Parts: sequence; structure tokens; C-alpha cells
Amino acid sequence: MADFSVSGLQIAGISCSLPKQEISNFDYDLLEESEKKLLVKTIGVETRRVASLGTTTTDLAIDAAEKLFHKTNWKKESIDLIVVVTQSRDYYLPSVGPIVQNKLGLSKKCMAFDVGLGCSGYVYGLSIVASMLKGSNWKKAVLLAGDVSTISCSYNDKSTYPLFGDAGSATFIENTDSENKWIFNLNSDGSGEDAIKITHGCLRNLPREDSFIEKERAPGVTRADLHLALDGLEVFNFSITTIPKSIKQFLQNYKLDHEIIDVFVMHQANLLMNETIRKKLKFKTDQTLYSIKKYGNTSSASIPLTLCSNEGKIAKGDNMLLSGFGVGLSWGNAYIELGKKPTTIISDFD
Amino acid sequence: MCIFNIVKIEDLIEKLEEEFEEIEVGSIKPETEFTDFENWGSMHALIIIALIDMEYDVTLTGHDLKKMRTVQDLFGIINEQA
Repeated sequence: MADFSVSGLQIAGISCSLPKQEISNFDYDLLEESEKKLLVKTIGVETRRVASLGTTTTDLAIDAAEKLFHKTNWKKESIDLIVVVTQSRDYYLPSVGPIVQNKLGLSKKCMAFDVGLGCSGYVYGLSIVASMLKGSNWKKAVLLAGDVSTISCSYNDKSTYPLFGDAGSATFIENTDSENKWIFNLNSDGSGEDAIKITHGCLRNLPREDSFIEKERAPGVTRADLHLALDGLEVFNFSITTIPKSIKQFLQNYKLDHEIIDVFVMHQANLLMNETIRKKLKFKTDQTLYSIKKYGNTSSASIPLTLCSNEGKIAKGDNMLLSGFGVGLSWGNAYIELGKKPTTIISDFD
Repeated sequence: MCIFNIVKIEDLIEKLEEEFEEIEVGSIKPETEFTDFENWGSMHALIIIALIDMEYDVTLTGHDLKKMRTVQDLFGIINEQA
């Protein structure tokens, strides 16, 4: 069982950078008016931020990090570790870790690498940073997480196009003498690899001429093999059955009572799905934070973006339960004792 | 959950009518076909999956959804699995 706990870590700050362009799902002309209303009511996505062509995930995440360096007064030379969680890298190779290290002006003595995860990526990223900081005498780490997903969605695919938004995030994590306890539980099930997939473009199916050609897969679902394919039913059933069980077991294993959880944040994929999970776990609405209505599914940036956009609902000393789940299939839960209230920033990317 | 929740198809119909506000109360019958719902599509299917999971602890699969045409069919699937 991939569980572990550490103590003494502090989140110094969380920053999110969003493309300026906002798209409303009420303007998506492939949906009937009643479908638009139903989409906003059930899936929960009303507006999304969409990156302009040429803007990458690292552009957004670097912008988020620069603003956080400025606000926290962290010295760039003090960073020992940078982890970039993304499924939308700048290049096939090299990894974006070293590119980001250079662009941010961080020390060459800093460890930098990528983690190719999506919905579960923020929890995984926190767990990697936590174990590396605690397995060393390193002091400070930067976790970047996010995706530009909209580029992968076909306008002609109603099952993906209205769901995703783009965002980049930066989280600053520090090794301290505090007593903050962090507990992690990480899981994987690759038998569900087809549930969320871009089939062409990598070694299994190299890009070829027909990879770009859009084909109708079902009514309202027309896309190319280089586009993102989503089996909504499969993901929905996985999320409302496996995730509540996983979280329940996690809370039981570590004797974490509902009462001690101040803030519950799930990956923001689908309002109905998240509300079903919340109700099954008997969390209250005021404990559970959302950002899906305004920003859609922002992949690994969805948890930090939800935290930043609900900054007023978070206080020092809060205990947070975070759960990321989806593409892979991959899922992870984290219990985070916050200690000091982190600095938060939400900003537009120019 | 508990099988006593589903002794009557009327209970299922009541829950469906509560869930789909746009549907007039009393208009759903056992023989009502799901495709009769206005703009029936994948989002309605998700709503039904969530409802049946929460109320009856039954997980509907894609296969179940394909073979279920009427409310009576849904009632049958729930009873088989509960």
C-alpha cells in the first residue's frame, strides 16, 4: 500500500496563472439551449479560460511562480527541488523541468524533473515533494502543476470540448520545524487506460496523416485520433464508486474524523460526480470547495486553483483533505495540516 | 444500501420526477421511454447513474444503459442488482 506520512512541512504559497481569454459554454453552438442549461447544472462548467495558440503550460506555471517569488520574498538561489506535473509539455524532449529551472533563474544545483500525470497530479506532486524534502536536508521546493488541455479537444466533440480549461500553478513548500502532519495515499489502475486517452502522437501510434482527420465516433462526438477521447460513463462510474471507498478507507486508517477536516477539495472534473462523492462521504457543503463553474476541469491545476479561488474559506491551522482522481487511471488522497495560512495569488497571464 | 427502498416502481418514478425538474409531476409512467425526455442524452444518463447509485447502491454500466429503454426496464435492472 503506497501510504506514508511526514511532518514538519509548510506550504508557503500557492499561485495560479490563467489565460485571459474566457469562453462561456452558453456560446457553444453545438449544444441546444436546454442542453447548455443542463450542462451548467450537472457538469457544472459555465466558463473556462482558454490559452491562445503558442501559450504553453510552462508559460502559465512560470508566470504563477514568478509572482509567488515576488510576493513571498523567497530567494531563487534557495530552491533545491522543482517538480513539474503536466501532460502537455513544451517538447517531446527535453523534459520541461530543466527548461523551467533555467527560465526561472534557479540554481543549477537544483533537482528538476517532470511527472506525467493529470487529475491526480497535484496530490502525487505534493507527495513526491514531501518525501524528497523529508528524505534529505533540503529546505525549499517548487511544485508546478497544470495543463493546456483545450488544444487537445475537438470543437466538434460535445463530450470533451465544454469541459476543460487551461491553468498553470506554482506551490512553494518548505521543510520546517513545525508539527504539521501530512499523510498520503496513492493508487493506480492502468486497466482503465482507455477511459481518458489521446491515442495517437506517441510511440504506440506515431502521428501520421490520418491522425489529424476528424471522424464521427457517436452523435455529437467527432474528433481525430490526436484529440482527447473521454469515456464519460466509465470515468463517472469509477469516480463515484472507487473514490468514496478510497477516501473512506483513508480516513478510517488514520482515524481522521469528519469533524477535524476543515476543507475538502476534490479534483474539479464534474459537479454531479463530486457532489455524489461528497454526499456519500457525508461531508458538508461548506467544507467542500469548488472552482469548476468558473474555470472548468483544469487537470492537475484544479486543486490549487480551487484553494486560491476560495482563499477566504481557508484559515491558518486548517486541516485539508485533498483528493485527485482520473486519467491513468490514477488517484491519490492527502491529509494536509496547513499550519500558517499560505500566500495565495490568482492572476491573468498576459 | 437496502432493498426495501425499491419495493415499488412508484418510488423510483417519484425520485426521477424529483431529479428532472423540467418534467411535470405525474407524467412519468413505467412504460415511459427515456428518449421521450427532452434532448435525452449523456448528461441525463449521468444524472440517472448518480441517482441510482445514491438511492439504491446499484452501479449502472454502459451495457445497462444501452439495454434500458423504459422506466420499467430501469426498475428491472435495479431489482436484479440490488
